[in-house]
Amino acid sequence: MSVKETYLWHHFDDLEQQHEATSLGWWTFLATEVLIFGGLLTGYTVFRAHYPLDFAVASRHLNIVIAAVNTVVLLASSLTMALSVRSAQTGQRRQLLRCMILTAVLGTMFLVLKAVEYTEDYHENLVPWMAFRDSEWTSLGADPGHVKMFLMFYYILTGLHAVHLLIGIAVLAVMTELARRNWFSADYYTPIEAWGLYWHFVDIVWIFLLPLLYLVSTHAH
Amino acid sequence: MTKHITSEVTYYVIFAALIALTLLTVALSFVELGGGMHLIVGLVIATTKAVLVALFFMHLLYSNKLSWAMFLSGLFWLGILLAFTLADYLSRDVMSY
Repeated sequence: MSVKETYLWHHFDDLEQQHEATSLGWWTFLATEVLIFGGLLTGYTVFRAHYPLDFAVASRHLNIVIAAVNTVVLLASSLTMALSVRSAQTGQRRQLLRCMILTAVLGTMFLVLKAVEYTEDYHENLVPWMAFRDSEWTSLGADPGHVKMFLMFYYILTGLHAVHLLIGIAVLAVMTELARRNWFSADYYTPIEAWGLYWHFVDIVWIFLLPLLYLVSTHAH
Repeated sequence: MTKHITSEVTYYVIFAALIALTLLTVALSFVELGGGMHLIVGLVIATTKAVLVALFFMHLLYSNKLSWAMFLSGLFWLGILLAFTLADYLSRDVMSY
């Protein structure tokens, strides 16, 4: 058997058809992922439209510095992920391993910063079910219930995003080990490309969470 | 096997554009724009960034029509979800909760 035949599943005609089927499958999966986050964002939109002032007051208490730094970190991880796929395409093994490890490290850095941010949120009484003082919000002219609503959207949206990133890092770690064992080549890199699609999708989700959660009313101080 | 290999320079240029747009959206959020402009500006910049990621990092620019169809149908379903839900909620006077 030639090298190309070993990569080919028996139910496909050739590698190109196999590659395109995988690509289509991943785009289909991502379309369903759009609707998972889309459902939450629709709920967020409805409540923000009804309680704009409470959402603005609550959003102002989130840490914009960590959010901005994390955006840069995640965009950098998307760059190294794209370069990973490119290295796989050109068969540059050393660069492939370096880029994949760097991507996983940047993803982990995002999660560490997010954990620091959650801890800070706790110390600032921004956690509805653990640390929250109604009086702090009524003195600001906001309804505590509506503030809780915003904060719950914040935790569920960023939490679901963090879970996605955690899965992304775990699978990337396994793929890096496979790459180290020469599992992939310039003829066969479909899994890396598919995981790149997932990784970039998670990045896109964060791109929208930044303005929707953090940049609501930073101008009003 | 047909495969398109994007040059490294292209990836770095797109990355630079994404960082610039991030700085822009954060900077603009501190400026008084009035009305609902902050939401519009934030979403327009976010959409621009998302399109750059999809076209270049996700290789949509070089993908076949089926991938485009899935990409666009995802957006279409999201559009239905948002439009029909908001058409209901935003046409009522007060929420009871």
